[in-house]
Amino acid sequence: MTDVPVPGPDARRPPAGSNAASWPRIVGAGDSALLVELGPPESASIDAAVNRRVVALAGALGRAGVAGVRDVVPAFHVVAVHFDPLRVAFERLVSVVHELAALTGTAEEAETEPLVVPVWYGGEAGPDLDEVARQTRLEPGEVIALHTTPTYRVFMVGFTPGFPYLGCVDERLRVPRRSQPRTKVAAGSVGLAGAQTGIYPAETPGGWQIIGRTALRLFDPRRAEPCLLNAGCLVRFRSVAFEEFEALEGA
Amino acid sequence: MMRGAASSEGIRVVEAGLLTTVQDLGRWGWQSRGVSVSGAMDLRALRLANALVGNGASAAALEVTLVGPTLCFHDRRLVAICGAEFDVTVSGRAAPMQSAFRVEPGDELSFGSRRRGARAYVAIGGGCAVPAEFGSRATQVAAGIGGYLGRPLTAGDRVPLGPVPDADVDPGATRCTYRLALPGDETVLRVVPGPQDGLFGAGTLDALQAARFRVGRISDRMGYRLEGSRLPTTVALELLSTPTVVGGLQVPHDGHPILLMADRQTTGGYPILATVISADLGLAGQLAPGDRLSFQCCSVREAISALIAEERALMAVESLSSS
Repeated sequence: MTDVPVPGPDARRPPAGSNAASWPRIVGAGDSALLVELGPPESASIDAAVNRRVVALAGALGRAGVAGVRDVVPAFHVVAVHFDPLRVAFERLVSVVHELAALTGTAEEAETEPLVVPVWYGGEAGPDLDEVARQTRLEPGEVIALHTTPTYRVFMVGFTPGFPYLGCVDERLRVPRRSQPRTKVAAGSVGLAGAQTGIYPAETPGGWQIIGRTALRLFDPRRAEPCLLNAGCLVRFRSVAFEEFEALEGA
Repeated sequence: MMRGAASSEGIRVVEAGLLTTVQDLGRWGWQSRGVSVSGAMDLRALRLANALVGNGASAAALEVTLVGPTLCFHDRRLVAICGAEFDVTVSGRAAPMQSAFRVEPGDELSFGSRRRGARAYVAIGGGCAVPAEFGSRATQVAAGIGGYLGRPLTAGDRVPLGPVPDADVDPGATRCTYRLALPGDETVLRVVPGPQDGLFGAGTLDALQAARFRVGRISDRMGYRLEGSRLPTTVALELLSTPTVVGGLQVPHDGHPILLMADRQTTGGYPILATVISADLGLAGQLAPGDRLSFQCCSVREAISALIAEERALMAVESLSSS
């Protein structure tokens, strides 16, 4: 068996006192993964520019095809690289990451057409719409208008297959998660939590405030690209009447 | 990986046991789509069982949990069971653990009492030939992905098998001399600090190592809720969701850690204080609700040395059976 270079004791921890504002910051996560931080971790710091660099770096790492890398996972402000430490050393990955981060740091994202998601708002599809209206002191119609106006960015996919985390929601429409999550949220449910909005691809437990439902299939294992929405995609919501929702559902 | 037509008979499930699922080495490369890695909770035991029956390491086997199934075989096969120690009989005769044995058409394999550990792996020569999804046969129950129709086995199911490997292994020839570590009265798992240990106060890692935990009743393949000591939590920060790692110890607001396991969600919002080293993940996978455990920090250097040692031991068995 080839000898695997064993890292020195401090190889994985950034030097004490390093400027937190200098990114990327690479941290070991266990012995078989590392996290490349490109921005601060607090929810309040959610930042599309940081996420563009995350998505670009994750793409470049995926294409680089470094032997021993098992998975590359982008999130809001960080990219995880899962690897087999018996095939590739942490130090080698750090160099690769720094090289690619330098190349992708100022990458411009290609302009893409937003995917329009038709949503049946309220009623049985949006059991929390009235509560959201109450909390934000808006009319339900205004909640829908504020939700359908922006073009959102998909920051990441996670939690369950195909679940897109979209941002950022209009400041007037920000509500906390439900105090009690539901044990079952219907497939296609559109939810709100703070600065984020999202769509539940399948029936799962869920704690977001549900204001509507879409008939679009967010995740289909039979498609070559199973996720309808991936990190970096753009999305708009469109309010549709129940009849159109029902027609789409049957299609 | 065996190709070609699967055996038409397969294994018939007479009784399913508590939670029996098809598992392999896991589903890598799809976490960016929210698809969990899944796979065997004790990868060491899966690999040993596969090696003993002459399968490649990535063949799919049955993961048996706490209460095992009764299975009926319809053709002559080599079987090995590794991991947790159970009393197992084949048509009334005691079957050996950690060793390959033959089953004949009509034989019924039945799991009895569990003695030590939580999960055992039943490897059959040719492997379980359920369709692969996203490159793996591992079952992720919550998402209904992979395995046998995306769910645990139930009575009446017929699990298809791959063709018998060409080189028919002589059961007597391969003795598994590698004894897998299994839980005792108290299990110590080694961890490396982080990745979010910096968000916790100084002394939290000391508190972790001093703490004594029990695996809680609400524990499953996604993760173990740990009861007993509470850890000081981070300043109440709302954190952005971050990719998780298997073996990560998340600390939610109530201070009771969650040990993330094979079916963990790909991302999460709770900070991870420390992460169990790869070499100890198999042992972690053998813990059952009620088992006592504690944690000890080690360096990454020590973690990798332990992994190399484990890999050498596994490869020794794998190369013996393939020669």
